[in-house]
Amino acid sequence: MSNIPSELRYTNSHEWIRVEGDHVIIGITEHAQQLLGDMVFVELPEAGDEVNSNDELGVVESVKAASDYYAPISGTVVESNESLEDSPALINSDPYGDGWLVKLSLRDESELNELLSAEQYAEIVSED
Amino acid sequence: MPYIPHTEDDIKSMLDTIGVDAIDNLFDEIPADLNNEELAHIPQGINEMQLNQLVESHAANIKNHSNFIGAGSYEHHIPAAVWDITSRGEFLTAYTPYQAEASQGTLQLLYEYQTMMAELTGTDVSNASLYDGASAMAEAVLMAIRANRKSKTKRILMAGTIHPYYHDTVDAIVRNQNIELITLDIDYSKGTTALESLDKYQDEDITALVISQPNFFGHLEDVDAMTDWAHAKNCFVIGCVNPISLGLLKAPGQWGETGADIVCGEGQPLGAPMASGGPYFGFLTAKMAYVRQMPGRIIGRTVDAEGKEGFSLTLQAREQHIRRAKATSNICTNQGLLVTAATIHMSLIGAQGLQNIASTCHHNTRVLLDSLIAIDGVSAEFSSPFFHEAVIKTPLPASTVLEKMREQGISAGIDLSIYHPQMTHSILFCVTEVKQDSEIEAYANALRTVLIEN
Repeated sequence: MSNIPSELRYTNSHEWIRVEGDHVIIGITEHAQQLLGDMVFVELPEAGDEVNSNDELGVVESVKAASDYYAPISGTVVESNESLEDSPALINSDPYGDGWLVKLSLRDESELNELLSAEQYAEIVSED
Repeated sequence: MPYIPHTEDDIKSMLDTIGVDAIDNLFDEIPADLNNEELAHIPQGINEMQLNQLVESHAANIKNHSNFIGAGSYEHHIPAAVWDITSRGEFLTAYTPYQAEASQGTLQLLYEYQTMMAELTGTDVSNASLYDGASAMAEAVLMAIRANRKSKTKRILMAGTIHPYYHDTVDAIVRNQNIELITLDIDYSKGTTALESLDKYQDEDITALVISQPNFFGHLEDVDAMTDWAHAKNCFVIGCVNPISLGLLKAPGQWGETGADIVCGEGQPLGAPMASGGPYFGFLTAKMAYVRQMPGRIIGRTVDAEGKEGFSLTLQAREQHIRRAKATSNICTNQGLLVTAATIHMSLIGAQGLQNIASTCHHNTRVLLDSLIAIDGVSAEFSSPFFHEAVIKTPLPASTVLEKMREQGISAGIDLSIYHPQMTHSILFCVTEVKQDSEIEAYANALRTVLIEN
């Protein structure tokens, strides 16, 4: 069973969300990085990009596949984790920490209610 | 595998199984008025001997003109060894083989091709080729849209001096993808892009600028100024080049301060004959930073488990069999056979050979242009430098001149009014290294005679 921190929110498409004031940090879950395998490249959005929930934010590419990751909520890209450009493997080694992907400003707080709790996400993972 | 057609019994049994009376009923959703009737104008088959006799009788009437037409397809000497080696059974396939890594020889050849094209264009990486120069330009535009993350508009500036067919091809491919193509004005005195036409886009978000060098008229654009203009505003530069011209001209990777971002072009001048317009091949090269947005196949060099050198398909995670609709392109076929010929051709002529060919092409074009403008009433249409094509203006309509020249066995060029309606008296001609002095002289003499007699 992979690690699913209880303080985070989740999506069906295996992103995690950490709320920090009026910003959210987004990454992909430990389960997702295990499925994808060794990361070789990450495509990040530009700061200032406006996104709506479920828009594509970028692409994570592993030795097996290139997969989109999506904006779990609507907002503006504040920052992307540029250290991933040289070290994409941070997603494998520390998916909930140094392997974060994007920081978004929060446009509509109510969208957070639509995200999954750790328990709900754990259920999805167990069905995978 | 033998080809065994279905027998009447097979067909009947299949129709019975699916409960259909006749094959035509399977197509009954096609409206009747769209159905073609009998193809009455196509004759019945004839046997091989009769076919040979028919074709030979037609061939006897074909006269090979002395050719001075270029405009996208160029007559060059192809050493006999090129197609002799290319036609070997080991190479003679148009496809990247399935289970590609089992065909190390083919992969090594493609890797060497990529290396040569990257060096020739002054860029970091090349793919294993595309269908032709025009579709390569369309792929370059799509690649720029994906790779230029700083631009949000999907607006592309196209030099008005790009080959009209290339422009049409790009338009056909990108038109329905929310991409806007904006055509820049032509400076009709120089025969190049009017640099001042860039001014009104100075403060606008433009994704890429597409430049052809040499351009459709054979003339040379101020690629350094255009490249620097684009890069100052986070606009990509796509350079479309004739590979032979790179024996003389600056590689696109050296245009301006930082070089073109993506380079494309037609590979035909590298070993492919002018055969009814094809098959040809397109090339695409780019800066390393954009390699993941590159369409098509890319071959990499690596080592196997025992540390021995080997070649493999690389960056496949972006291709259609993995990414489906989100693939960087849906091109998985390259023009392997033409690329094989081009690679062998480049290996045989070498860098010095390419320089010699390019210099001779330019010299011959210069000689012909000089002797043509010495004829009364004939002038050079444009004032800027050119490579191996140029445009003359004649006192008679170009269509008349070309017809009279054909009667003398000379294909003297193309009538530019087909593409630029106001240019009714302008002929675009090309002279490559294959033209002897006597042929060049014969062209000038024939034109002089045509103009005196008409």
